[in-house]
Amino acid sequence: MSGVEVRAVSKRYGAASVLDAVDARFPEGRFTSLLGPSGSGKTTLLRIIGGFVAPDGGRVVIGGADVTAVPLWKRRIGMVFQSYALFPHMTVAQNVAYGLNRRGIRGAAARAEVGRALELVHLTGFDARRPKQLSGGQQQRVALARAIVTKPRVLLLDEPLSALDRRLRQNMQIELKRIQRESGLTTIFVTHDQEEALTLSDTVAILDRGRIVQEGAPADIYEHPRTSFAAAFLGDANFFRGTVRGEAIDTPAGPIRIAGALPAPGTAVTVAVRPEKMTLLSAGPDPAGNVIDATLREIIYAGAVSTFLLTGSDGAEIKVLSQNRDLAGPAPGARVRLAWAPAHTVLLAD
Amino acid sequence: MIPLGRLTLALILVFLYAPVVVMIVMAFNESDLYALPLQPSLKWFTALAGNEKLIDASRNSVLIAVITAVLGTAIGTLAALALARHAFRGRSVLQLLLLPPIAIPWLITGTAMLVFFYWTGIGRGLHAMILGHVALAIPYVVLVVGTGLQGLRSDLEEAAMSLGSTPVHAFFAITLPLLAPSLIAAALFAFAVSLDQFVVSYFLATPGVSTLPVEIYTSIRKGFTPEINAVSTLLLGASVMLFLVFAVLTRMGEADERR
Repeated sequence: MSGVEVRAVSKRYGAASVLDAVDARFPEGRFTSLLGPSGSGKTTLLRIIGGFVAPDGGRVVIGGADVTAVPLWKRRIGMVFQSYALFPHMTVAQNVAYGLNRRGIRGAAARAEVGRALELVHLTGFDARRPKQLSGGQQQRVALARAIVTKPRVLLLDEPLSALDRRLRQNMQIELKRIQRESGLTTIFVTHDQEEALTLSDTVAILDRGRIVQEGAPADIYEHPRTSFAAAFLGDANFFRGTVRGEAIDTPAGPIRIAGALPAPGTAVTVAVRPEKMTLLSAGPDPAGNVIDATLREIIYAGAVSTFLLTGSDGAEIKVLSQNRDLAGPAPGARVRLAWAPAHTVLLAD
Repeated sequence: MIPLGRLTLALILVFLYAPVVVMIVMAFNESDLYALPLQPSLKWFTALAGNEKLIDASRNSVLIAVITAVLGTAIGTLAALALARHAFRGRSVLQLLLLPPIAIPWLITGTAMLVFFYWTGIGRGLHAMILGHVALAIPYVVLVVGTGLQGLRSDLEEAAMSLGSTPVHAFFAITLPLLAPSLIAAALFAFAVSLDQFVVSYFLATPGVSTLPVEIYTSIRKGFTPEINAVSTLLLGASVMLFLVFAVLTRMGEADERR
C-alpha cells in the first residue's frame, strides 16, 4: 500500500495532446476520483499510472519509487476494467486465483485467499460458476475481487459502474466504498458521473482538456469551484458576469455581494451560484443578502424537488432547485424575486 | 409454399448425394461392370489392399495434408496475429494481398508454382507439394483465425498482465485457449484444402511420388476399376469424420457461449 504521484506527465496521440504536464498526488489509503468529460484525458492518466500506456514525458511514482520504466506485469497494481475483462474460459475461482498463481501462491493458500476475496464481495459459493453465468453486477464484483486479492499497491478503477443500471449502480457504489475502506487500498477511480465521484471519493480531481483544473474534498470542490468549467461540470450553476464597483459586483441582473474580499474596483469578474442555494421569495420584505428580479418560465416537477427555470432581468437563464414543501407557488409567467446569501456566491478565477 | 420448399431441398440433396451414393454402393458390388442386382462384396477393398500405388498415394496425401494443417495453421495464425494486433507500414496492402490467391484458378497457381519451383531449383516431389499446399492453405487460415481474433477482447490480455503475466504468458494462458476453436477450424480447413488438392499436386508430383487425387486421375485414364470406388469411399468416410469432429467442436463452442 502506498501513495501515488505523477509528475509532469504528458501524452500525445499524433497531433492531439491528451495530457499536458499533469501533476497529481493520490494519498495512501485514500479514494480519489478522476472526474472529467470524455476526451479530458482521465482514462489515459489512469492507464499511465497502471503501466498500460507509456507517457511521453514525466514520471510515475508509487510508494516513493519511480515506476515509470517498470512494465505493467511488475507494477503490482489492481485494475478493474469498464468491461470487467473476466477470463471467459475460467471459473470465478480461477479468475480470482489468476493473480495469486502468477505471484507463486498456489494450492490451499490460494484457495483461502480466493475464499476471503469472494466473501469480501459477497460472492461466496460462486466459485465454480463461469463469468457468462453471472449478472453484470456479479461480474463486476468478481473483477473487483480479482483485482484486490493480490493486495496491489494501488487499485485502479476505469468507469467500473457505467455498464450497470441505476439501482444496481447505487448498490455497487456503497459496496465499493465499503470494500475500499475495509481493504484500505489507495484507490484511483475514473468516472464521468459527477454524482458517483461526490458520493465515493475522499478527493475529487477534475480534468479538463488534459489538465487537472481543481482537486479537493467533494464538498470543498462543490461549494467552492475555482473555474466556470468546474462549477458547470460538477453540478449545476448560475453564472453572473459583472464589474467590481465598491462593495458589490455590478451585473446586468443587479448588484451582487460576496462574502469574501473583492478584487480591485473595475475588475471584470464572474460569479457562480448553485441552483439549490437560491430561494423564490414570497410576498414580504426583502431579506438581507442578494435579491434579483426574474420571470418564472417553467417548472419541472420531479417529486421531492422541482426545478424552476427563470429568466433574469437581463435575459439570462437562471435555474433554481427547490424542495416541494408547499403545494401553492408561483405559476409560469409570474414575476418573482430570487434571494441568496453572499456566502453562497462563488467568485471564479475565469 | 412449404411443401414446394421441402421438395426443392430434397431435390438438391438428391442431386448432391446421388452420385456419391452410387459410388459407395458400387464399391461394395461384386461386379466390375456395375451390374445389378447388387451382390455385396468386399473384393475391391481387398484388391485395394494389394494396390501399392494407391496405398502409397493415399499415405502421401494424408502426410501432406497433416503437414499442411500444422504448418499452414502455425504460419497463418502468426500472420493473423500480426494483422490484428500491430499497426505497421503496408498492413492494409498485405491484408488485401492475402485474398486474391483464393480466387486465382488453381490451374494458374499450379503452373506458376511449377515454373517458379523449376526456376529456383526447388523442383518437384513431396517437398514441392508440401510447399505448394501450405501456400494455398495460408489465406484460409488467416481468414478463419482473423475472424476468431476479432471476437476476442483485447483487454483480456491487459487484465492478465495487470495480474502479473508477461505478454508471452498472457498469450498462452488467455488468448490461445480462447482462440482454440478457430485454430481447430483453420487446421481442418487447411487439411481439407490439401487433401482435396488435385491441380497443384498434379503439376508438382513426380512419377514416383504422387497423391491420391493424382493417382485416381491417372488410373481412370488407363481404365476405370471399382478399386477407385473403394478408395474414394474410404476417403469420403475420412472426410465425413473430420466434418463431424468439426461440427461437434463448434457446437460445443456454441453451447459454451449460451451458458
